[in-house]
Amino acid sequence: MALFQISEPDDAPAPHGHRRAIGIDLGTTNSLVATVRNGYAVVLPDEQGRPLVPSIVRYAQHGTEVGYKAMAHQAQDPQNTVVSVKRLMGRGLADLADARRFPYGFQDSPGMVRIETRAGIKTPVEISAEILRMLRERAESSLGGMIDGAVVTVPAYFDDAQRQATKDAAKLAGLPVLRLLNEPTAAAIAYGLDNASEGTYAVYDLGGGTFDISILKLSRGVFEVLSTNGDSALGGDDFDHRIFCWALEQAQVAPPSPADARLLLVRARETKEKLTGHDAARLTATLSDGTHVDLELTNEAFTSITQTLVTKTLQPLRRALRDAALKPADIKGVVLVGGATRMPQIRRTVTEFFGQPPLTNLNPDEVVALGAAIQANKLVGNRERDDEWLLLDVIPLSLGIETMGGLTEKIIPRNSTIPVARAQEFTTFKDGQTAMAIHVVQGEREKVSDSRSLARFELRGIPPMTAGAARIRVSFEVDADGLLSVSAQEQTTGVHATIAVKPSYGLADDDIARMLQDSFAHASDDMRARALAEAQVEADRIVAATVSALRADADLLSPDERKQIEGAIAAVNVRRNGDDHQALRASVEALNNATAEFAARRMDRSMRAALAGKRVDALT
Amino acid sequence: MEAVKLTPSAAKHVAAHLAKRGKGVGLRLGVRTSGCSGLAYKLEYADDVRPEDIQFECHGVKVIVDPKSLPYLAGTELDFAKEGLNEGFKFNNPNVRDSCGCGESFNV
Repeated sequence: MALFQISEPDDAPAPHGHRRAIGIDLGTTNSLVATVRNGYAVVLPDEQGRPLVPSIVRYAQHGTEVGYKAMAHQAQDPQNTVVSVKRLMGRGLADLADARRFPYGFQDSPGMVRIETRAGIKTPVEISAEILRMLRERAESSLGGMIDGAVVTVPAYFDDAQRQATKDAAKLAGLPVLRLLNEPTAAAIAYGLDNASEGTYAVYDLGGGTFDISILKLSRGVFEVLSTNGDSALGGDDFDHRIFCWALEQAQVAPPSPADARLLLVRARETKEKLTGHDAARLTATLSDGTHVDLELTNEAFTSITQTLVTKTLQPLRRALRDAALKPADIKGVVLVGGATRMPQIRRTVTEFFGQPPLTNLNPDEVVALGAAIQANKLVGNRERDDEWLLLDVIPLSLGIETMGGLTEKIIPRNSTIPVARAQEFTTFKDGQTAMAIHVVQGEREKVSDSRSLARFELRGIPPMTAGAARIRVSFEVDADGLLSVSAQEQTTGVHATIAVKPSYGLADDDIARMLQDSFAHASDDMRARALAEAQVEADRIVAATVSALRADADLLSPDERKQIEGAIAAVNVRRNGDDHQALRASVEALNNATAEFAARRMDRSMRAALAGKRVDALT
Repeated sequence: MEAVKLTPSAAKHVAAHLAKRGKGVGLRLGVRTSGCSGLAYKLEYADDVRPEDIQFECHGVKVIVDPKSLPYLAGTELDFAKEGLNEGFKFNNPNVRDSCGCGESFNV
């Protein structure tokens, strides 16, 4: 049974019409996947409810581990556990000034470095693809099916080689990439700045290990990156390290063992996180030699030991503004990205620098992924909230065509804003049918006889096919003046026919109101009428198919069996002219059962005919 | 005609979504025809109530149904369900005779 999401008014997707779109923030430290659900963007967590995936891949003895699992083994197996692979994307060994900082066996190769691992030589593209594959699988199980489109974010300063490498990784992970989006632009979109008034915006992104500042200019709904700057060796981890050093000094412990250092770093990070929203936090740990560390860090002290780090972000900020030839006062809004921007001293410094408080109401860890999801949702064709239309005019009554059984099929629902275009595919009802009559109707009722007829035309030249095989696309288009043109085109041959009408012609407001009222008053009648008409169409189809089968393969039946089937047909025909759709359905069901054995025998015969005179080995 | 209801869990989620969205008077349920035969559900936020609409109040959430859809939905209970990582709303509609494999379109 399908699980539904809530749509915006008049925006519910057609069955199977909702397209699964995701946004992916492929980060240096952490990655996320988000989607638009129930009208707004949300990050998709794993089974344990964790939204982030550490961007870590480990080539273990048996298989590949990604995320928290890989992180757990990082210390024991550093050569086979790849972290921060984003720094290697599209880079040759010569581009990596800090190659020695990585514990990997690098191999230089044209274009991009490669890493020697237990599982063989891996490119950064393949390693990134492992992370993306995990995110794709999470999205597929969260959304209940294949992904129709993904937007993956990249830093604004990524060059063509780095962008191509990211795209290749996504392709390798089986993701249909709609486009790459700059991270600062994604953050701005998440805040809805693309719907805001035109102007220049700053995006301050302090991640785990990198700092980026981007200046964006919005004009006519499109962001242009004016300048970028940053520090690729400054991030939230440095703040952890400052607390770590402070703790060693305060507790007066000797340089710790690697295991103790790891423990203290984890405690340092927890202390940092606690200090957001608290004036002071305790750092406690028991080291391997039994030493007990118990310290209190005040917000004031934390601010003072990290002052130089915060100040370090201001230099790139000034440079980015200078490159864009702007002053802090020219900036219309500031967006914060990255978990480290939760720290109060960062917010204070940014507020002072720009003379205005930054936008902070979205989770700074998630904001890039959320913006990418909104963009992806738009690109696959799902409309989204606040995607507001200039309300020019609406269609007062639904427009549609007549289908078998004298029913109306609405193509453009009432209250659609114009101009509007909608299309739907129909098929033939009879074998060898070469023409189709198209009856354009208007109104809310289910039966054509209760609707207003607007026009009729015919599509000729459909190639003879079995019933249901032809594909005829009927398109309705209402232009800004309210003029309707309807065209029908057979998809294999391209033959088409078209007609234009003015639907509102001769309809007074009173008529429209009356037609609407009628449709409400007759809702239950209409429901029964539709059910009956649909059952009748089905009955006619089954009877026709049975009669033609009887004519072709009568010899497969004993006189008794034949009589039984004919009896069932007669029963259907009697009910066909009644008005009880349930009784009619029951008789059709009975006919179906009566012919089951006959159908099986016919199948055997046609199989035998198809196989006759063929050698077994010619069939495989 | 029988009421259209929400389970307590569905009502809780609808209320949370409406709060997060920041506007809207309730939840609109409806049906419309789809394809050559069959019906499809509509599940939408409602920003206004039209004069012809029928309203139900359920666990503090306003449920709005247009009169054309009501015969198809009478007695329906909307539930909230989790299937692994996937989650969403489920229509328990006593009027449904058969539905397509995944339940997105149906017949009465």
